[in-house]
Amino acid sequence: MIGLDIAFWILAVVSVCAALAVVLMRDVFRAALFLVLCFLTVAGIYVTLSADFLAGAQVLIYVGAIGVLIIFAIMLTRESQRGSPQGRLRLPALLIGLFFLITMLFVVLNTDWHVVAEIPTQPTTSAIAQALFSGEDGFVLAFEIAAALLLAAIIGAIVLVREK
Amino acid sequence: MSTGVIFAIILLPLFSFLVISFVLRPFFKHRPQLSWYTTIGAIGTSLALSIWTFIEVSAAEGHVLAMPDYEWLAIGDTVINIGVTVDALAAVMLIVVTVVSLMVQFYSRGYMHGDGGYIRYFAFMSLFTASMLGLVLADNLVFLFLFWEGVGLCSYLLIGFWFHKPEAARAAMKAFVVTRLGDFGFLVAILLLYAKTGTFDIGELQHLALAGTLGGAVLTWAAIGVFSGAIGKSAQFPLHTWLPDAMEGPTPVSALIHAATMVAAGVYLVARMFPVFASDATAITTVAVIGGFTAIFAATMGLVMNDIKRVLAYSTISQLGYMMLGLGVVGMAVASGTISTEHGLALGVAVGIFHLFTHAFFKALLFLGAGSVSHATGTFDMRMMGGLRKAMPWTYLMFLIASLSLAGIWPLAGFWSKEGILTHAWEQVPLLFALGFITVFLTAFYMFRVIFLTFYGEYRGKAHLHESPLVMLLPMGILTILAVIAGLIGVNEFLGGHSYGFFEALTHPLAWASLCLAGAGIFLAYAIYGAKWLSAASLRQRFAPIYTLLSHKYWFDELYENLFLMRLLINGIFGWLHWIDDHIIDGAVNGIATVTVMGGSLIRRLETGQLQAYGMAIFIGILAIVAFLLIFS
Amino acid sequence: MSVGLEHFLILSAVLFAIGLYGVLAKRNAVVILMSIEIMLNAVNIAMVAFSRYGHFITGQVFVIFIMVVAAAEVAVGLALIIAIYRSRKTVDAEKFDLMKW
Repeated sequence: MIGLDIAFWILAVVSVCAALAVVLMRDVFRAALFLVLCFLTVAGIYVTLSADFLAGAQVLIYVGAIGVLIIFAIMLTRESQRGSPQGRLRLPALLIGLFFLITMLFVVLNTDWHVVAEIPTQPTTSAIAQALFSGEDGFVLAFEIAAALLLAAIIGAIVLVREK
Repeated sequence: MSTGVIFAIILLPLFSFLVISFVLRPFFKHRPQLSWYTTIGAIGTSLALSIWTFIEVSAAEGHVLAMPDYEWLAIGDTVINIGVTVDALAAVMLIVVTVVSLMVQFYSRGYMHGDGGYIRYFAFMSLFTASMLGLVLADNLVFLFLFWEGVGLCSYLLIGFWFHKPEAARAAMKAFVVTRLGDFGFLVAILLLYAKTGTFDIGELQHLALAGTLGGAVLTWAAIGVFSGAIGKSAQFPLHTWLPDAMEGPTPVSALIHAATMVAAGVYLVARMFPVFASDATAITTVAVIGGFTAIFAATMGLVMNDIKRVLAYSTISQLGYMMLGLGVVGMAVASGTISTEHGLALGVAVGIFHLFTHAFFKALLFLGAGSVSHATGTFDMRMMGGLRKAMPWTYLMFLIASLSLAGIWPLAGFWSKEGILTHAWEQVPLLFALGFITVFLTAFYMFRVIFLTFYGEYRGKAHLHESPLVMLLPMGILTILAVIAGLIGVNEFLGGHSYGFFEALTHPLAWASLCLAGAGIFLAYAIYGAKWLSAASLRQRFAPIYTLLSHKYWFDELYENLFLMRLLINGIFGWLHWIDDHIIDGAVNGIATVTVMGGSLIRRLETGQLQAYGMAIFIGILAIVAFLLIFS
Repeated sequence: MSVGLEHFLILSAVLFAIGLYGVLAKRNAVVILMSIEIMLNAVNIAMVAFSRYGHFITGQVFVIFIMVVAAAEVAVGLALIIAIYRSRKTVDAEKFDLMKW
């Protein structure tokens, strides 16, 4: 579908540029804002992949929670002169990044993926729910553990940050 | 006759040593005489057993008693036995060792009376006697080498007996190190023989040598190695320098060890291994040549010494040379086929050991006499003596008889044994005979020089002169009797030599010639030192260069100690090795440590503590694994 | 040309590489955390793409869990950074070197 292709390309370019802005910008706050933009474009990409529930979850969790959290953290840890400078290891990091990219490209392009062409169009929410909560081949245990994980994270964060 | 009896001969003095060292010395220090009684008891019993053995051997067929071997060590395929050989040679040696040892122990009671190390002295004397007896009885080279080292050790301990004197300590060290050079050759020879034949047993080695299985270069080198041990122990040229210095020890020690027994061990070794030597012309010629040369070489140095014991020491070296010469020339005859093997082997042993037998008695007696003289005058320097024959008549008489025996005057013991050697030398190798013949003159001269300087003329010293006590004179007396009759009791024939009639011997032209020569030597000594027709001082001046050469002992001590030892070895090679050890070997070890530390200080820069560096390292690792998998699958 | 699985995977790889660079090369600890989020998002894209083109729903379920864990991790991480900021007055990652030799 041509519309889907155009949407994909636009979203792809914007997300890559936003990510680059996050890592290359000097001003931390602006970098955080570009991060939010990146999250939004990723949500758009989920839509092109017919993952409607996930798109919604992405916006809620990442943009709504994580993005706000990061902005709070930036404000609480403001270092006036510093901002976001480059580290000592930028050259090796660049090389490694490029090397990784080339490797992955090589893998992706040379693997014979078994692809199903048709588009699943039904809303995915019930399918996800089925997969999560059904009897033997469900992910109920992981679900419960994830809940416990969240609890632990909350308590941990509170413990770390409270004033003595 | 069981093996137990034979082993008892060795074990009794050894047991005496142990008792004195571990029981008497700690607990009975207040009664030193006990150590003397123990020693006398042990050696006396050994003497009795030796005499019994001698009787058994002479009654046995072929003069051999068969004795079984006991297995001692088995290391893999190598087996070392303990065993004894009891044949004519061993029986004679047993008698020599036990008789002289016992006489010396009796004498020592008087000589060492009141000495602080009395108990220690008899402990070492017992140990020495045990080692020497073991040496003459051993039937395989390992066992023999064990006792060989034992006598060397006791020699060291007894030369350095008065170790507070630096000269004595140095002399002991010198003796040990110089003989060690010879012992090294001996050990190499033992190992070489074992490597080629697989046995240490002397009897087997003899058979192999005679059969020709063991031959060629191996045999030559092995025989020369064994002989080098003999050169060391018997103070032959070039390892002769230790014996004159060994006179620092007590005089009875010199009498027993450095006259009669230990130095004779070298001669005994050649005699015991005679078939091996006689099978190789090169080796046996070496024996003869070194023997003959040493005889005249040492005699020349004995001419100018002022210390009685030094003269006697050089005399001993010279006479040992005679013994080697005797063994050598007969061996050369066997090797070249002039004499039949069967006859020649026994003959060679007889010629050499007969002189060892007679020499033991009169040389020990001479040393004991010198000790008696020093007991009275307090010195060994002949320039401080003179006219002692009035104050010490018995000592004089016995010393005179021993000197005549040494000079080879008929019918005393020395005549018979020396004539045996000279006769065979004349028949085989006239050149060596000439050396030995001239030495007859020199021997007579230097001995009677000693006699005239010591016992005649006016007394030049200051001590109060007296004769020695009976406990010292009696053993000397017994040795005197032996010095007279030892040639006539048939030991020569017992060992397998020719016999000469009592008066018939005088009819040989050679006998006449040597008697005349000896007489000439005595006469010349009388002329210079007795009647003083010629002045010794003016002779010394006229022959000054020769005198200097002789009195400095041909500068051999300087050669060995200054040139070899100090310059070449200690400063040269050993200094090098020390440098290598310090800088290269230690340097390598230190270098490894330094490199490790430097490497560590380089590598620790990776530990930055920074998160991102660690993260990078992890990611590089992951990428490397992925790339590897991609490329190689 | 029509968009296929490879395109999404390549996009995912590019985003991951950018995030990697940010993690290793930036000094501000918050920015490092943001870069980690970029990496996690890239992985999510790949998961959903596989789920869509492989015709199974498991990929999307996995993405839900990844999101949960990422949220917890950001919370704890930022708490850590704030705690460090309180005692050291800096969030410069190169200054956190107590484990240095």
